Amino acid sequence: MNPMPMPTETRRIATGAAGRDVALVAPRPHLGMPFQRDEDSPTAPDKEPRGIKMVIDSLTAGYGSHAVLRNVSLPVIERTVTAVIGPSGCGKSTLVRCLNRMHEIIPNACVSGRVLLDGRDIYGGHLDPIELRRRVGMVFQKPNPFPTMTVRDNVLAGWRLTGTRPPNADGVVEDALRRAALWDEVKDRLKAPGASLSGGQAQRLCIARALAVRPDVLLMDEPCSALDPIATARIEELIHELASSVTIVIVTHNMQQAARVSENTAFLYMGELIEFGATAGLFTRPSDPRTEDYITGRFG
Amino acid sequence: MIVNNVGLLPPISPRLRSRRIADRVFRWAVMASVLLVLLPLVAIMGTVIVRGAPALDWNFLTSLPKPVGETGGGVGHAILGTLFLALGGLLIAVPVGVPAGVFLASDRMPRLGGTVRLCADVLSGVPSIVVGMFAYTLLVLPFKQFSAMAGAFALAVIMLPTIARTTEEVVRLVPSTMTEAALALGAPRWRVMMQVVLPSAGKGVAAGVIAAFSRGAGETAPLMFTAFGSQFLTTSPMQPIAALPLVLFNYAVSPYDDWHAQAWAAALVLATLVLAGNVIAKVATTRRSR
Amino acid sequence: MQARPNTSGADTAFHATLVLAGLGVVTVLAGVAWELLSLSGEALSKGGIGFITGMTWDPVAEEFGALPALYGTLVTSALALLIAVPLGIGSAVFMSEIASSRVATVVGVLVDLLAAIPSVIYGLWGLFVLAPLLREHVQPGVQKLFGELPLFAGPPLGVGYGTAGLLLAIMVIPVITAVSREVLRAVPDTQREAAYALGATPFEVIRGTVFPYARSGLVGAVVLGLGRALGETMAVTMVIGNRYDISASLFAPGYTLAAVIANEFTEAFSPHYLSALAGLGVVLLGTTLILNAAARLLVRGVRHGGAG
Ligand SMILES: Nc1ncnc2c1ncn2[C@@H]1O[C@H](COP(=O)(O)OP(=O)(O)OP(=O)(O)O)[C@@H](O)[C@H]1O
Ligand SMILES: [Mg+2]
Repeated sequence: MNPMPMPTETRRIATGAAGRDVALVAPRPHLGMPFQRDEDSPTAPDKEPRGIKMVIDSLTAGYGSHAVLRNVSLPVIERTVTAVIGPSGCGKSTLVRCLNRMHEIIPNACVSGRVLLDGRDIYGGHLDPIELRRRVGMVFQKPNPFPTMTVRDNVLAGWRLTGTRPPNADGVVEDALRRAALWDEVKDRLKAPGASLSGGQAQRLCIARALAVRPDVLLMDEPCSALDPIATARIEELIHELASSVTIVIVTHNMQQAARVSENTAFLYMGELIEFGATAGLFTRPSDPRTEDYITGRFG
Repeated sequence: MIVNNVGLLPPISPRLRSRRIADRVFRWAVMASVLLVLLPLVAIMGTVIVRGAPALDWNFLTSLPKPVGETGGGVGHAILGTLFLALGGLLIAVPVGVPAGVFLASDRMPRLGGTVRLCADVLSGVPSIVVGMFAYTLLVLPFKQFSAMAGAFALAVIMLPTIARTTEEVVRLVPSTMTEAALALGAPRWRVMMQVVLPSAGKGVAAGVIAAFSRGAGETAPLMFTAFGSQFLTTSPMQPIAALPLVLFNYAVSPYDDWHAQAWAAALVLATLVLAGNVIAKVATTRRSR
Repeated sequence: MQARPNTSGADTAFHATLVLAGLGVVTVLAGVAWELLSLSGEALSKGGIGFITGMTWDPVAEEFGALPALYGTLVTSALALLIAVPLGIGSAVFMSEIASSRVATVVGVLVDLLAAIPSVIYGLWGLFVLAPLLREHVQPGVQKLFGELPLFAGPPLGVGYGTAGLLLAIMVIPVITAVSREVLRAVPDTQREAAYALGATPFEVIRGTVFPYARSGLVGAVVLGLGRALGETMAVTMVIGNRYDISASLFAPGYTLAAVIANEFTEAFSPHYLSALAGLGVVLLGTTLILNAAARLLVRGVRHGGAG
């Protein structure tokens, strides 16, 4: 196998950065630059330098005494798409749910380690999880619009539920729906029930709902797995567009999807981060045999 | 189930703080409501035990009541009467309720099934005193005689919807793969029902029957003008018969302290009987769903 | 699935048995309605609307008006719901949303016990514990605070509308709690997660997504509780005070439809009297059915007019 040093090095540095988040927010070139494209990458490398939005640092998480994730460390680069792949049950959902502290709403969930958002630990106590979740939005595997609310109220749910109202509700609704590429389809039936949309539309409504509170980061846990190929293509396109303004972490089972939408990919296996690096590199020249086995379909 | 155990962190904005306070107030209110709900349970069961236990002895459980003015005496006749009435009620309600439940679960005639289900639900909402009047006009007026039979019939009417709906529920829980497998082997439907479905739902059906029994055993209103009550130990279905709830009621509204004490003891016996039935039914169903 | 020719006979017979049993349920309900109507026919046709609006209940003069009893039934039931709905739904929220599953199980078992206690035992407790408690400690205090209000006028007797309503509340709480708990548990976790992910507090999640989602089921729970309150006989008979009158005061003694029937049915000395008591039964059954149907329509209206 072609030993590509970069991804492995990335992983080592990211892991080694435990407790030294200052280093990770510093200028990046010497840090291994996981976001950098390979020379043969189809996309040209982005000129504008992008910072590190989140750092997952020695994260261990699980349920009760059962550790699902063990000592996972990786950075999430600002305004890029980071894909998390791995076989079923390896802890992908657990990982992303730790990023907005949704993990801990499950009884007996436990978590240790740090997750930095803009250099500050979200578990550190300066940020209420209630506020954190507005900055780090989430889209779930199964579209879950609120059936008792109208389409419009669904988009505004993040405001309504928390007892606030946006300064310009109509503008917020239109903007969020446009960004979720749903405006044209629903602009005439904003008063229709949220449950009346098709699966793909409902998922985009959920994306609009998450975008309406203007999060910095959007977590997507297998957002397309309940959708048909056309709706999936729609959402992938949308993810591409959104990445210019929002940092996205997407969990996917579908390796083609990871390859299509993401700049960086993390491969999780049995709760451990096996490999993390630029997507193109990881898929063409995986450095770990387990990654290779997985992406070539030998297991999982 | 989701339980939020997010730790309370120092809130930043006043807006966030007031939201957190509202959340806390809500949480406290909910917990307070649980305490308020459980308080009467403790109070009632506590009083029944404290006031009932002193008068409770073997003699009380087995002997017949003494005439007014004489102390002592027991409720043996009423205990037997209650068992007699409740079993009699089952004897009528089970042969109708169980097949009716199987019919509801079979979905073979959805329209009629819907009607039957609606009727069962309405029937379970009919006030029990009205059921008593029904049994009175049907079985007391024509014979010009209060009777155990009329009492058992009234209890059966009350038990019927419970039995039918529980049976429907537990039969529906039998995996369809099981019935389909048996049907695919060429077994006729009725055999599949009798030999595959009912045995596997049997425990649940039994639990429903026991629950119906203990509900019937606790009913008072429908017995007032059917079984009527009696001072003696009777077993004839055509005679009035005593029942624990009736004795309890009559003693409670009587002016005699001794009878009040006996009412509490009767309450302890009745509560034990009814709650035991309930616990048995509950244990049976939880085991089954595991 | 096809029936095999050699077994279809047995199958048909079997199915016919089941249908017959189903029809048995329908027959019983029809029988209840029919017998009650025919028994009460005389009183209802003679009294007409006056039977419902009449204030007097005089068996000797054969003057029968159901209004005071109907009033007592409605007032005590309304009072019971006023107390039981917040407490019952609150407890259900505790069990499905807040408590750990172990605590929720324990509370659930206790609530089920409360539901299983026979109503005559509630009555006994109401008569000998609750009524004296209210008479000696609660009612005087309330009168000291709000003495001018007609709602609390009259001597503190311990028995009356208020006591009956409170006792009924205790009796219907387990019904409302148990059904609401199931309804709340049926709300998918994905709904809660969606709200949490938007930065809602647990309270906001419950108020904003769980309750709306469960609304029709919760109304159903309340309706079931109402049905039990309206038809409850023994406990109310023991603490209502048995005075055939209408009073605005919660401390005043009154009567309910079921209590009149329970107290007088076996003493009915004439066919007219019996018929009038059956008429009360019709009013009671009618009230129960009408309120049930109304609540069902309400639920449906909410569902159609609203979103889901
Ligand atoms: N609520 C829970 N309680 C206990 N264990 C859980 C819970 N949720 C998940 N797990 C366990 O944690 C492990 C990781 O689960 P997770 O959902 O993170 O996997 P995943 O990678 O997202 O899988 P999938 O691709 O199937 O969604 C699994 O072994 C699972 O059994
Ligand atoms: Mg997952």
